[in-house]
Amino acid sequence: MINYSERIPNNVNLSENKTLQRALEHWQPAFLQWWDDMGPDNSTNYDVYLRTAVSVDPTGWAHFDHVKMPDYRWGIFLTPQEQNKKITFGDHKGEDVWQEVPGEYRSTLRRIIVTQGDTEPASVEQQRHLGLTAPSLYDLRNLFQVNVEEGRHLWAMVYLLHAHFGRDGREEGEALLERRSGDEDNPRILTAFNEKTPDWLSFFMFTFITDRDGKYQLASLAESAFDPLARTCKFMLTEEAHHLFVGESGIARVIQRTCEVMQQLKTDDKDKLRAAGVIDLPTLQKYLNFHFSVTSDLYGNEISSNAATYYTTGLKGRFEETKIDDDHKLMNNEYEVMDVAGDRITTRHVGALSALNERLRDDWIADVQAGVDRWNRIPAKFGFDFRFTLPHKGFHRAIGMFADVHVSPDGHLLSEAEWTHNHLKWLPSDEDRLYVHSLMGRCLEPGKFANWIAAPSRGINNQPINFEYVRFN
Amino acid sequence: MEAVATQQHTPAATGTDVIEPVDYRTEPSRYKHWKLDVAGEVATLTLNIDEDGGIRPGYKLKLNSYDLGVDIELHDALQRIRFEHPTVKSVVFTSGKPKIFCSGANIYMLGVSTHAWKVNFCKFTNETRNGIEDASQYSGLKFIAACNGTTAGGGYELALACDEIILVDDRNSSVSLPEVPLLGVLPGTGGLTRVTDKRKVRRDHADIFCTISEGVRGQRAKDWRLVDDVVKAQQFGEHIAQRAAELAKGSIRPAQAKGVALPTLERTVDAQGYHYEFVDAAIDADGRTVTLTVRAPSAVTANTAAEIEAQGANWWPLKMARELDDAILNLRTNHLDVGLWQLRTEGDAQVVMDIDATIVANQDNWFVRETLGMLRRTLARIDVSSRSLYALIEPGSCFAGTLLEIALAADRSYMLDTTDAPNAIGLTAMNFGPLPMVNGLSRIAARFYEEEAPIAALKAREGSKLNAAEAFELGLVTAIPDDLDWADEVRIAVEERVALSPDALTGLEANLRFGITETMNTRIFGRLSAWQNWIFIRPNAVGSNGALKLFGSGKKAQFDWNRV
Repeated sequence: MINYSERIPNNVNLSENKTLQRALEHWQPAFLQWWDDMGPDNSTNYDVYLRTAVSVDPTGWAHFDHVKMPDYRWGIFLTPQEQNKKITFGDHKGEDVWQEVPGEYRSTLRRIIVTQGDTEPASVEQQRHLGLTAPSLYDLRNLFQVNVEEGRHLWAMVYLLHAHFGRDGREEGEALLERRSGDEDNPRILTAFNEKTPDWLSFFMFTFITDRDGKYQLASLAESAFDPLARTCKFMLTEEAHHLFVGESGIARVIQRTCEVMQQLKTDDKDKLRAAGVIDLPTLQKYLNFHFSVTSDLYGNEISSNAATYYTTGLKGRFEETKIDDDHKLMNNEYEVMDVAGDRITTRHVGALSALNERLRDDWIADVQAGVDRWNRIPAKFGFDFRFTLPHKGFHRAIGMFADVHVSPDGHLLSEAEWTHNHLKWLPSDEDRLYVHSLMGRCLEPGKFANWIAAPSRGINNQPINFEYVRFN
Repeated sequence: MEAVATQQHTPAATGTDVIEPVDYRTEPSRYKHWKLDVAGEVATLTLNIDEDGGIRPGYKLKLNSYDLGVDIELHDALQRIRFEHPTVKSVVFTSGKPKIFCSGANIYMLGVSTHAWKVNFCKFTNETRNGIEDASQYSGLKFIAACNGTTAGGGYELALACDEIILVDDRNSSVSLPEVPLLGVLPGTGGLTRVTDKRKVRRDHADIFCTISEGVRGQRAKDWRLVDDVVKAQQFGEHIAQRAAELAKGSIRPAQAKGVALPTLERTVDAQGYHYEFVDAAIDADGRTVTLTVRAPSAVTANTAAEIEAQGANWWPLKMARELDDAILNLRTNHLDVGLWQLRTEGDAQVVMDIDATIVANQDNWFVRETLGMLRRTLARIDVSSRSLYALIEPGSCFAGTLLEIALAADRSYMLDTTDAPNAIGLTAMNFGPLPMVNGLSRIAARFYEEEAPIAALKAREGSKLNAAEAFELGLVTAIPDDLDWADEVRIAVEERVALSPDALTGLEANLRFGITETMNTRIFGRLSAWQNWIFIRPNAVGSNGALKLFGSGKKAQFDWNRV
């Protein structure tokens, strides 16, 4: 018999809920087995300085201690229920939010939750070998923190499946542990989550850019009329913020280090910088181009009837729905989307309902841009002219209006020949990747950092930078 | 939502704004349109329709044309003959009006009716005509249509339901199915099907017959098998009497027996639904569902044929069946948007199984046989109801034998798998033949597509009770959620169902309920009704220039000539 409230911190009254207990009795061992098989490589015995959420109040959700990851207390937390909460958009606007799944929307809600849930273990799988090449103990700890929290996000989604979807939900919960990132026979649901995360530069880009997609998806689900989903996602957002921090500060430290060497050597020559063991800024721009474009595809087609249905039925809102000044029904509103007309990229207005994917993508782009602007202060501070820019929306896309054309980062349509001739100027080449890969060595002495990345300005939870964030035993 | 007969903005539909719900209860003293005479072994049902006696305002029932109200009386009269006149062996249908036997469904009524009303009306009249054939097949009641005048459309369809059709040979009266040429619809109350399947009229003859408005009379009617005989007016009465006596000879009905009076069903109707002694229909208007609960009696109250006859209309199988029948008819007619029926039972399964044993042991008794027929027809009404059916099998229920048929009629059945209280279903002989569906198969045979192994496995368990795991293993129930899952699984299944398109569900359910095996009746309820209901919503029939709409106006229908 498991002592649930001890083993699984929660605010869903798990010790009284037999349905959940029964579901977890089967699922929890399977999850630990999955973590053992697919979690961070060779890490079972490490003591990691991790943040554990033990309650949802401000003092409880960031509890720090050294723990072994298999003993991490994956909890189930929802932000507290708001009394008399109303649905804020769609056909059901103004009605009470739902505490139970309406049968009418069972299969759609289940699909939304499963699709979101599937990304969580997927990213753990994608990142499982990175620990072997960590640039510092500090970064290794951050990787593991991200990993256990992705694990907890899986728990959060599985909680919803177990608590609200009966036998179907339990089966879906099991399937979430059975799919494998990159497995051709049994892949994760979304393509981007079957790509490798081969090196730390990719990891930082992923957490900066792709986890930011996660933030926007969670934020729109946090508006859902299905209140348990909304409250679950709201709490997940607090953790997601840390992942974004890991990515943004990680890249910022890479830029910082490169700029330091550029200043020392008084050069921006790629070969000289590479000889000095740092990543030149144009190569970082290529990685940015790659991750931005691949993640952009995750938002789906610009015009989407699914997105419209999710909105109208109240399942998924817009980012910060309640702060938007309109009727929250969107029957008569329009939204501008890009289109390709012959040899030109144009814009046109379409029904706002059908353009909700595009709107969320635009919100995300604005947020990514803000991060990029913060990066750009670093070369500026050093007095360098180089600035990072986001490529055009249509650049290197596989889904949507631009899937069948080639667009340059500055927004020009290209012929097949032009693309073939130029694309390696914009995307990481094999040579670039090999170079980045060559930098990846383990650097695990407390307070030391690999040559290609600067130290952070401060440690985790006010600990010093040379703190022993991971003990290897 | 009630199946309001007449559409809004119909000028003719004046008189009252309040539409009374349809009440299917009546008795001979209240008949407006039929007269029931019993003389020895022969009953005569004389149709003499009161022009001004329509069940809804807006039309006159001229020329012995009928509406739902006329058929409700016919349905009642047949019940009276079955139960109150057990020594009647043959029944003669004839007309009380000169030169006209019956001209079928009233066209003006159809013209001003909503689609739902037309469909429900046709279903009930179909069931009543099937009931005539059911009585002929199982009860030893034989029927003669004494067509003493023009027999058109639904009038001929009524005749087709009889064992013999005799047409008066007056150089004028004909039998006809003029729906296609006059109205742009089909002879949809079984006519088109019975002409071929029952009367075996050659298809080219049927083609001609169904496309000419004047019909066929005299010797040709006989040659084409449209009627069994044509008889001169002078000899007509005598001939009918002779045939009635002849048909009575083969009957299994008793020479001497005391009838069982059928008192008016007692019920309470309120906003919550319909409440009877053994049946309760609790309507959840917002949820668009009804919980239809059938209760078993507390004990077996009659063991011998004499005891059963003494109980009469109070004998549980009959009383329950009459109540259930009335509830079904009311839900179908008066609650169109209550799209999901949750079927439940309450009581001791052993009592139901013991009563089943009594029925089987006494089925040669005329009253037991008639009660069995009532059970059979009532359960068959569930099968053809255009509503989603979920059976909910929980502790305290008694889905055994006859009542298990209710669960087997359902589109899905949920059985609570629990150890807290006994929850079992029971198999009796009644599950293996005496209560066939309209496809002629028991529900178990139909469920397993007549495959031998699963049916044999069930037959081996006849007389026993099955818990949830066993019932699931044997394929009798759809799902067996446990205590933890039950409430949510059922709630979600219900909510999910009621959100689906009612039209698509009607089509889906009808297709799945009647798989593989076709009979004349399944062809009527399936093929004929489906085509008819399609035609009923097409502009060629019901558009402002459609044939059904313009009938009698002097204007010619304007068809869209494109074939679909």
